Amino acid sequence: MTRTSRLRLPLGLSLGLSLGLGLLILVLGLASLAAGKVWIPVAELLSPADAPRWFIVAELRLPRALLAILVGAGLGLSGAVLQGYLRNPLADPGVLGVSACAALGAVLSIWFGVAYGAAWVLPACAMAGAIGGMGLLYALAARARGITTFILAGVILNALAGALTSLAISLAPNPFATAEIITWLMGALTDRSLQDVAMVTPFVLAGGALLLTTGRALDALMLGELTARSLGIDLTRVRWRVLLGVGLIVGATTAVTGMIGFVGLVVPHLVRPLAGNRPSALLVPSALAGAALVLAADTVVRILPGGTEVKLGIAMAVLGAPFFLGLLLKMRREIL
Amino acid sequence: MSMLSCRDVVMTAGGRRLLGPLSATFKAGAVTAVLGPNGAGKSTWLAALAGVARPASGQVILGDADMAGLDPLVRARRLGFMVQSRDIAWGVSVETLVGLGRIPHHRYVTLDDTTDAAMVAAALERCDLEALRQRDVLTLSGGERARVLLARVLAGGPDWVLADEPLAGLDPAYQLEIVRLLRGLADEGRGVVVTLHDLTLAGRFADRVMLLKDGRLVAEGPPDDVLTPGMLGDVYGVGVEVLTASDGARVVMPTRRTPRE
Repeated sequence: MTRTSRLRLPLGLSLGLSLGLGLLILVLGLASLAAGKVWIPVAELLSPADAPRWFIVAELRLPRALLAILVGAGLGLSGAVLQGYLRNPLADPGVLGVSACAALGAVLSIWFGVAYGAAWVLPACAMAGAIGGMGLLYALAARARGITTFILAGVILNALAGALTSLAISLAPNPFATAEIITWLMGALTDRSLQDVAMVTPFVLAGGALLLTTGRALDALMLGELTARSLGIDLTRVRWRVLLGVGLIVGATTAVTGMIGFVGLVVPHLVRPLAGNRPSALLVPSALAGAALVLAADTVVRILPGGTEVKLGIAMAVLGAPFFLGLLLKMRREIL
Repeated sequence: MSMLSCRDVVMTAGGRRLLGPLSATFKAGAVTAVLGPNGAGKSTWLAALAGVARPASGQVILGDADMAGLDPLVRARRLGFMVQSRDIAWGVSVETLVGLGRIPHHRYVTLDDTTDAAMVAAALERCDLEALRQRDVLTLSGGERARVLLARVLAGGPDWVLADEPLAGLDPAYQLEIVRLLRGLADEGRGVVVTLHDLTLAGRFADRVMLLKDGRLVAEGPPDDVLTPGMLGDVYGVGVEVLTASDGARVVMPTRRTPRE
C-alpha cells in the first residue's frame, strides 16, 4: 500500500494545492470587491440587502473581479499548456504573439466600423485573430527543434501584428476611433459590465475544457513527439485542441480586456515548485494561480495612490518583463 | 505469443525513397539486432515497425492485425518503443517518468491505480532504479537515464520492445547492463528488436541479425552466418577480421577502410 500512496502523492498534492489556491481566490475576490476609492467593509458585502453602496459593488467591482478571475485563469492555463506542448519554459500567448494577433483582429473590427454593429463582432474578430496567430505560429516554426525557433517565430508574429495595429491606428478614420483603440490596447478591467462577463465566459470555459483534455499528451510529449506517438497519443488532435483552446481563450479575453501579457509566462513557473514539473499536474493549479495573480494585480493598481489608475496591462508588463529576463539568464546555457 | 512482421514496406520522405520494399518476420522470445551503416534506414524501419511512422506502401502486422488499422492505445499497450534521443523536457522524478509508460492503459485520464503502481514498482526494481526513485531525471548520468527510459517502456508491460540505438554513448558497463535487461525480456518470451552499431555485442546477445544497406535487407540469420568478413566488408565498406575471445564468443574487428563503390 505504501507504493500506491507514493504514486498517488502528486495527485493529492495537486488537489491540496488547488484547494489552497481556491481559498486564496475567494479571499482576493472579497478584497477586490471591498477595495478602491470607496472602501466597503466586508460585512456589508455579505449582507447586501439595503446597503447604500451596493451599486458600486454590483455594477463596477463585481464584473471587474469576475473578469479578473476569467482572464487570469484562461491565460494561466494557456501558458501552462503552451509551455508543456512546446516543451518550452518561455512560451506564453503574449510572448508568442498570439495576444497581439487577437488585438489586431479586434482593432481591425473597430477600424472598419463593424464592431459597432453587434456586440459579438469584436470578440469574434479577436478570436479569429488569435486562432489565425496560432496557425501562423505553427507554420513559422513547423520544423522547430529548439527553444529559440519558436520564440523567434513569436517575435516575428508580435512585430507583424504590432506594425499592422499601428498602421490601423495611424490611418484611423476619426480621432474617436484612435482614442478608443489606444485605450483598449493598454489592457484594463475598468468599466466592464456583466454583459462583458457573460460574453467571455462561454468561450473561456470551452477553450479551458479543450485545454484540460491535453494533460496526458503533454506528459507524453516530455519525451518527444516520437515517444508520445508510441504511447498512443494522436498528435494531430492535440495540435488542434491547443490551437482552438488557446485561440478561444486569448481571443475572448483580449476582446474584453485588451492585451494583458506575461500572466501565462509567469504563472506556471510560480506553480512548479509547489506542484512539480509534470505538465498535467500544472494545468488546474496554473488556472487558479492565474486567477489569483490577476485579481491581486487588479486590486493593487486600483488602490495605488495617484489621480489616474495604472492600466493593468502595463502593470503586468512591468512585473513580467524582469521575470522574463530572469528566466532568460537562468536558461542562458540551454538556449545558446 | 504474437508475431511482428512487415510486408513490402516502403518508407519515403519528401518523395525520396528511404527504405524498402522490405519484408521480414520477427520472432517473439528472441532478440533481433538490426545492423547497417549510418543512413541505411535502420531508425526509419524501426519507426515503421513501432507504428509511429506510416509506410508509403506495404503493411506492418502485429499479431494478426494490420498496424494501420489498430487502435493506437491497443498498439501502445502491446508494443513499447525506446527512441534514440534521451532528451527529457522537464525535471520530473524517476518514478513519474517511468509512470509515463502507463499512459496507454487509460483512455481518458491518467489516475494511477494499483496496477499502475505495481507495474512501475516492478519496472524500477528490474532496472535497479529503486534507490533513484525520487531523483530528478535531469540530474542523472547518461547511463542512468538510459535505464530509466527502458524502465519506462517496461512499465507498460508490452509483448514487444523496440529500441533504437539503446547502447549509443554508454560506457561498457552500462552497455552490458542494458544488454542484460533486453536479453532477459526475450528470455521470458517477449519480442525484442534493437538497432545497433556494435557488431561484437550484436553477435553476443542477438539471436538473429538483420543487415541493412541503402534501405534494403541484404542478409538475415543467426549472427554466425551473417557477421562474416565478406558480408560485413561488403555492407560497411571496411576490412573485417573475426577473432575468437577466450570464452569462445566472436569478436568482430574492423581493420581498414575499403573504398565504397
